[in-house]
Amino acid sequence: MADTPSLEAAASRIPAVLRQLAGPRGPRPRPALSRRNILLYGTLIVLALYYLLPLYVMVVTSLKGMPEIRLGNIFSPPVEITFEPWVKAWSTACTGLNCDGLSRGFWNSVRITVPSVVLSIAIASVNGYALANWRFKGANVFFTILIVGSFIPYQVMIYPLVIILREIGLYGSLWGLVIVHSIFGMPILTLLFRNYFTSIPEELFRAARVDGAGFWGIYFKIMMPMSLPIFVVAVIIQTTGIWNDFLFGVIYTKPASYPMTVQLNNIVNSSQGVKEYNVNMAATILTGVVPLFVYFASGKLFVRGIAAGAVKG
Amino acid sequence: MAGSIVDKLIYPFSRAARAERSGRQAAERALVRQTARNAGAPSVSVRDLSLSFGNVSVLEHLDLDVKDGEFLVLLGPSGCGKSTLLNCIAGLIDVADGQIFINGWNVTWEAPKDRHIGMVFQSYALYPQMSVRRNLSFGLRSARVPKDEIAKRIARTAEILQIEPLLDRKPSQLSGGQRQRVAIGRALVRDVDVFLFDEPLSNLDAKLRSELRVEIKRLHHKLANTMVYVTHDQIEAMTLADRIAVMKSGQIQQLGAPHEIYSHPVNRFVAGFIGSPPMNFLSGQLEPGEPLAFRMGDVRVPLDRYAFDERSEEMGGGDPAGSAGGAGGNAPRGVSRPGAPGGRCVLGVRPENVTIGADGSARPFSHEVEIEIVEPMGADTLVWTKLAGTNFAFLVDSETRLKIGEQITIGFDPGRASLFDEATGVRL
Repeated sequence: MADTPSLEAAASRIPAVLRQLAGPRGPRPRPALSRRNILLYGTLIVLALYYLLPLYVMVVTSLKGMPEIRLGNIFSPPVEITFEPWVKAWSTACTGLNCDGLSRGFWNSVRITVPSVVLSIAIASVNGYALANWRFKGANVFFTILIVGSFIPYQVMIYPLVIILREIGLYGSLWGLVIVHSIFGMPILTLLFRNYFTSIPEELFRAARVDGAGFWGIYFKIMMPMSLPIFVVAVIIQTTGIWNDFLFGVIYTKPASYPMTVQLNNIVNSSQGVKEYNVNMAATILTGVVPLFVYFASGKLFVRGIAAGAVKG
Repeated sequence: MAGSIVDKLIYPFSRAARAERSGRQAAERALVRQTARNAGAPSVSVRDLSLSFGNVSVLEHLDLDVKDGEFLVLLGPSGCGKSTLLNCIAGLIDVADGQIFINGWNVTWEAPKDRHIGMVFQSYALYPQMSVRRNLSFGLRSARVPKDEIAKRIARTAEILQIEPLLDRKPSQLSGGQRQRVAIGRALVRDVDVFLFDEPLSNLDAKLRSELRVEIKRLHHKLANTMVYVTHDQIEAMTLADRIAVMKSGQIQQLGAPHEIYSHPVNRFVAGFIGSPPMNFLSGQLEPGEPLAFRMGDVRVPLDRYAFDERSEEMGGGDPAGSAGGAGGNAPRGVSRPGAPGGRCVLGVRPENVTIGADGSARPFSHEVEIEIVEPMGADTLVWTKLAGTNFAFLVDSETRLKIGEQITIGFDPGRASLFDEATGVRL
């Protein structure tokens, strides 16, 4: 085998062969300014500007005083930075008769979102677990009904739900809204959890059964600790969804317990007096801060959750 | 006194009553178990078991007894129902019909945890978020075993399986072999009557597989527990088993000691499934005469040394028209009665039973063949030839140098071959 004729020996003097021998070696060079890169990054930058420009305008405007805003240069940075509009938006802006700013709505939203998220995830995860691992009779029918339910536009169900809540005496209270949010979150969350639990190897579930763990034992000791990523995803979906909700908030609660979104609308759309653009902008940013924070905070946690589960067991 | 009436009503649901009931059941169970042991009853007994998924019938009227302390291997191709049968014994799948007994106790309706079984899975199925120690103790903690007892049992198990240094690691920090050892430990620590193995070595590489195979055998030797082991690997089956049950499409084809299954397969399926490289099958017919012979084209194999299956021998011997045939046969008989002279049949010859050269021509049957392909396999070499137009393979020592196209003499002892009816595949 040692005397396999080599390319070098065979044609050492033919230039074409020599060029091939001296040719490319190692990684292929990738120029930074290729046409492909310009097109790709150009598009991305334009798209990013498209989304970031309004945010920029909001931040800038919220930091200006009204005289400066009246000059009309919405893109110019503030000459005199003032935090007055932020303070006003948070604590003294008027909605109807209340003049304690967005703070009331903020705490209402917290009181609505936290129980709704906890309740809906607690129920939906057990639903998903039962549907995925304990194939009870009628499980598929139950699941189909749940999924079909999610396709019905929820405007259809608003009035019946008003009547139901009125009859059980929860209409207008925070808990009534919590229940509504939990119900509407059920289909998508159940689907999410069911699919995730289905992907956990069934042998693990069987091993736990042989080891003598029951329904709740397997759920709490085996399934839940393995499912951090999907719980984080569910928390993201629910928190942002419920925090940003306007319709249910305005329908199922009283003015005293309006969530932040409804209150924001009332501040921005109030028709009396001057339009305080800087206060409106500050109020809008304040309302959007929580979902933003959830994305940033849990995004990191989410990645870590996936990484922890990625080590194949 | 209202109090006493309320007490009486509540009592059946109280903790004390439950403890009393379970205590009574445990005592009864111990009695049944002792009786079964003394009577030499099978450790695991499956009676008339049937199961189907939708329209597909997986197991049909299956009967199986596993003796106390026996290592039984369920062997078969994928989809033959062997894993399903094991899951039925474990109680992880509900049966459609039939009964299952473990040590004389009818466990057909019992939950897996009440069957006194431990199970080892192909994918190890270790709980990924728990350390090895927590994995081992999970079953005991579920059963509320006292802490010091748990510690004692874990120490003992870890010593037997030599996993003491691994106790505080997570499963993801273990190698495949270590994981499977922990999985075995999880069954071991619970002090069960019966071990169930569901293809435990299939996920390991060849070297580890043979190491753990030896270890499982050693473990069985030491513990002398009843073990039921599912595999599709015939080497595992041959090396580990006291008895092998060869399964195909939900039925046990043959149940017997490894050597018996190897040398006396009851039908063509078992013959083809056991043995590597697989048995050669030569299709021909029985030639009348004294002695009987097997004829395929110009090849004639005398069968005077072949031990016919008792039942078919009398039919093959003489009296071709007389006996109604097939009474008590374990498989449906074909149109032409099997074993009758002139009937179509298949001769099975194991590649390792063929010899060449002078050794070959000394055998009761020998023939001149031309070598077509030579496959060196390390320890020995597989040689392909044609015998009366049919592919025929045999093994020679790896030191034997053979060239393609060479003419050699091969021979074998028909007494060690197997003869099957062509239509039914039943051994003659």
